[in-house]
Amino acid sequence: MSDASKTRSVIVEREISFPPEKIWRALTQPHLIEEWLMKNDFKPAPDHKFRFTADWGGVDCRVLTVEPNRTLSYTWGAMSLESVVTWTLTPTSTGTHLRMEHAGFGPDMQQAYMGAKHGWQRFIAKLETVVEKEP
Amino acid sequence: MPDAHDLLFRTLADPTRRALFERLCREGEQTVAALTAQAGVSQPAVSKHLGVLKQAGLVRDRHEGRLTHYSAQLSALAPLIDWTSQMTGFWQSRFDHLEDLLKRMDQ
Repeated sequence: MSDASKTRSVIVEREISFPPEKIWRALTQPHLIEEWLMKNDFKPAPDHKFRFTADWGGVDCRVLTVEPNRTLSYTWGAMSLESVVTWTLTPTSTGTHLRMEHAGFGPDMQQAYMGAKHGWQRFIAKLETVVEKEP
Repeated sequence: MPDAHDLLFRTLADPTRRALFERLCREGEQTVAALTAQAGVSQPAVSKHLGVLKQAGLVRDRHEGRLTHYSAQLSALAPLIDWTSQMTGFWQSRFDHLEDLLKRMDQ
């Protein structure tokens, strides 16, 4: 089995009409991160351990790479499985090309914890808990 | 697989049917009689719901003498719990929030 079939990534890219410096602030200042992502104790320092928290739980993270206005990456640990989120900012004539890659999902990372506040997903998560208890 | 989603959602949208399915997930294989005893509806109604669940691939039946045993087929839920598609939706909505924030922020 190739690695590609074992791990998958999510990539979201968008052209944003603001300069990288402004986006960088939104990606790295805790009070701003909280406004679009989650509550956190982030610091833009390699190896800094931090946590995103929400009403459905939280995500344990560790900063990997910090290149101001260019690249930011951190681990994204949930369900004792770790993936990596990488932000890449590329200046364009009209603003910034912002790319987010969330990589390293194993096939066993199907837990629908992210949307646990939605009834269907809660139902599925409950089922999965049941499945996990199965011998 | 939108068709598979539709079928699963439609099948599990009914609360009685969902309760039957959850019980099979929780307690393992059950006979129709055992399921009826706690379902709060008649045995023909339970059988009918089980038939719909079976069509959707959510349960499997096993005949033993005159008794029919039903068990949950959790693999049928796989299309609903694709983590990658969930995360894609999550990050796309966060990008929307991020853009909203950028518009509000000072230079």
